[in-house]
Amino acid sequence: MMLHSLTSLLLVFLVLANLRLLGASRLNVCIRTVAAQGVALSLLPLLNASGLSLTSFHALALPTATALVKGALFPWLLFRALREAHVQREVEPYVGFTPSLLFGVGSLAVGGHLAARLPLPGGSPLLVPVALATMLTGLFLIIARRQALMQVVGYLALENGIFAFGASVMKEAPLLVEMGILLDVFVAVFIMGITVFHISREFEHTDTERLSALKDWSP
Amino acid sequence: MTLFLSALALLLCGAAAAPVLRRAPRWASAVGAGSAVLGALLGLAAAVRGLGAAAGADLRLAWTLPMGSFHVLLDRLSSFFLLPLFLLAGLCAVYGYGYFGQHARRRDGASWCFYNLLIVAMALIFTARDLVLFLMAWELMALTSFALVIHEREHDDVRHAGWVYLVASHISLALLLALFLLLGRSAGTTDFDGFTGVIQVGSGLADVLFVLAVLGFGAKAGFLTLHGWLPEAHPAAPSHVSALMSGVMIKTGIYGLVRLLTFLSGPPPLWWGWLLIAVGLGSGVLGVLLALAQHDLKRLLAYHSVENMGIILLGLGIGCLGLTTGRPLWTALGLAGGLLHVLNHALFKGLLFLGAGAVLHTTGLRNMDRLGGLLRRMRWTGLAFIVGASAISGLPPFNGFASEFLIYLASFQTLLSGDSAAVWPALAVIGGLALIGGLAAACFAKVVGIVLLGEPRTAEAGQAHEVSAWLVGPMLVLAALCLVLGLGAPWLVGPLTERMASEVAGWPAGHPLAAGIASLRTVTGLLVALLILTAVLAVVRHALLRKRRVSAAGTWDCGYLQPTARMQYTSSSFAEPLVSFFQPVLRTRVEGAAPHGLFPGPSARHTHTPDTPTEWLAAPLFRGVARLAWPMRRLQQGRVQWYVLYIAIMLLVLLVWKL
Repeated sequence: MMLHSLTSLLLVFLVLANLRLLGASRLNVCIRTVAAQGVALSLLPLLNASGLSLTSFHALALPTATALVKGALFPWLLFRALREAHVQREVEPYVGFTPSLLFGVGSLAVGGHLAARLPLPGGSPLLVPVALATMLTGLFLIIARRQALMQVVGYLALENGIFAFGASVMKEAPLLVEMGILLDVFVAVFIMGITVFHISREFEHTDTERLSALKDWSP
Repeated sequence: MTLFLSALALLLCGAAAAPVLRRAPRWASAVGAGSAVLGALLGLAAAVRGLGAAAGADLRLAWTLPMGSFHVLLDRLSSFFLLPLFLLAGLCAVYGYGYFGQHARRRDGASWCFYNLLIVAMALIFTARDLVLFLMAWELMALTSFALVIHEREHDDVRHAGWVYLVASHISLALLLALFLLLGRSAGTTDFDGFTGVIQVGSGLADVLFVLAVLGFGAKAGFLTLHGWLPEAHPAAPSHVSALMSGVMIKTGIYGLVRLLTFLSGPPPLWWGWLLIAVGLGSGVLGVLLALAQHDLKRLLAYHSVENMGIILLGLGIGCLGLTTGRPLWTALGLAGGLLHVLNHALFKGLLFLGAGAVLHTTGLRNMDRLGGLLRRMRWTGLAFIVGASAISGLPPFNGFASEFLIYLASFQTLLSGDSAAVWPALAVIGGLALIGGLAAACFAKVVGIVLLGEPRTAEAGQAHEVSAWLVGPMLVLAALCLVLGLGAPWLVGPLTERMASEVAGWPAGHPLAAGIASLRTVTGLLVALLILTAVLAVVRHALLRKRRVSAAGTWDCGYLQPTARMQYTSSSFAEPLVSFFQPVLRTRVEGAAPHGLFPGPSARHTHTPDTPTEWLAAPLFRGVARLAWPMRRLQQGRVQWYVLYIAIMLLVLLVWKL
């Protein structure tokens, strides 16, 4: 019972982090929020696991690695890119903050609607809706923000959602798979950080709106 | 089959090795051309053996694709088409080695890779017995030949030609995809063995399939209104590639049509033959007319390919009429004429493109109005070119005459039968063929007269010299083959084509060609007598002149004080009477004014003949499609966010819809 309420607390934290991501206007806030979300998520497998396996190496290694990578390594990479690329600190939204927050609430509703119809094994009844909402938030951030770094943040939020979904579906996901996913995300963020740096050095900005001039056809 | 497979393997090895050696272009050329020549020799042996064998060599290999199988069969029809392929591919490879010779570039390695792959693709098309394999080979042929066409891609017009060609190839592929999917569905298999008799003649589906085949194979073969890519791509490609493309590649369309006839369940409806004859007449007459009006030598040759495809179609059309009305003699003569013309056209059109390439190689010019007097400067090339020109004009004793004679014979047989369904088409074929032959002769009189005879019109033409033995050798071989096939036709036609005709029509071999061959033999005998007589007269003339003084004087020495080479007829002025006669069809545009008055000032005059069928039919069609497709460009915003949005919407829709 204790564990269950802790899970609920975590899920509430995830939703709040989503809303903060959608409502924040500064890049460094978003990077920190998505890092905190990642760290919070890394606790989820611990809470889901039964008391016995808590002590096993298997159960401990993954959360630790996740927390380290998402809580320390990614923010460091992103802040480095932010600093070296002299990126503007604003997220520069296409969709304003109030509509974004409304979308966040709506995504929770859509997640709940979908989760009710998904044939999934039990667990916390809130876990799947929140996971879906986090994925939708990540997608929305990729679509509705202009700064290239925000695309990375959106990608991380999307991955957080997938992680949460995985934690709800598979009680004990194979270690190798989870580590593989973590490695994938790490490489992706690493490359995106480098790319953002190069884009900014080449064009003196990382505004994706103006990058559309690079497409092969123009009216 | 072992020979055939080892030929393919050798070609693939060459294709792999040539790009590896691209840093040493001479070596890349040597390896690429060498493997092409050796592969072609092996393939030629396989084709000759396949022609002789009663039952084709069959090979079926499993592959990892979910559909189809690697199933090839070397039956007589396949072997017959392999014959010109390997013959011309080997000779063109030798020529290409010399052609790239002095100015070897790094991209030559890639070019040889594509050249070898193109040969493999065409060999597979001619032998494939599985529709998946056939379509894959068809696409490989389109892509590799596209890469070959854009060899000199730094020029805008070459890139443009490449795009036109690529689009035309894929229109053809799209139509064939529809054709083969329909065929495969009604047969319930992808294997050609299961296709025999699958086209239920008389059903609506059969007619749809036939029209799809004429359009799809026609876009590759360059039938009228679908020929737009030929005059673009052939001038742009390196000459040995144009020779191979015009000589063999466009014949894949003819092969497809003939192969389709073997899938019929019974004799085809009458209108199929009529349609083939109508398309053939249109292609033949308009092709040669457009050729007559061209200034660019390779463009002119490209239009002659359209014309010759028309002639082949006339033969096939008469053959179809014979199938419908149950007259084996018409079928045998028509199909034999058409198929023999496939081989003949490969020889003389290959020869002519190689000749044009030699002229281009030494002068850098394709415009005939800037050439002239090349016969004295390029004796062997000129001789070979004249042979090719005579052959394509259907003049005896060369091979073009033999195949056209067979088609004439087929038409006269049809005409004499008095069968009301076939009399008018036969009349049209006879009249059309006569018109085509006459115009072709006029056209090549123009080419030979303007390019080879007279005086050079520019300094470049004046500095022309004979090209290297690598280039001359293949041309002389082709010229010799033109003569051999022309004189040997009475003995070669029977063994070469009769079995093919019987294979298509489904009657036992050794049937009805004998009557046609007998008359061909008579005509050839007369020709040989005429040749001997001419030779005797030449000897007599030589003997008479031996003791007298022969003096030579300038050709254009008509009392002018300062004659210049520009006083000669140009190609435009030579063709002007015919072009103006056919003005309603050709719609040649003339710009500028003629000199006027007693003391005329400077004046200039240009003529340009548009490709009327393309401008009137193909261009509006493409504009319409472009207009319809234009709104779709809105989707391409160039913003990552939009693309992710499309994906997100798609995923959400799928998720919501499927739950």
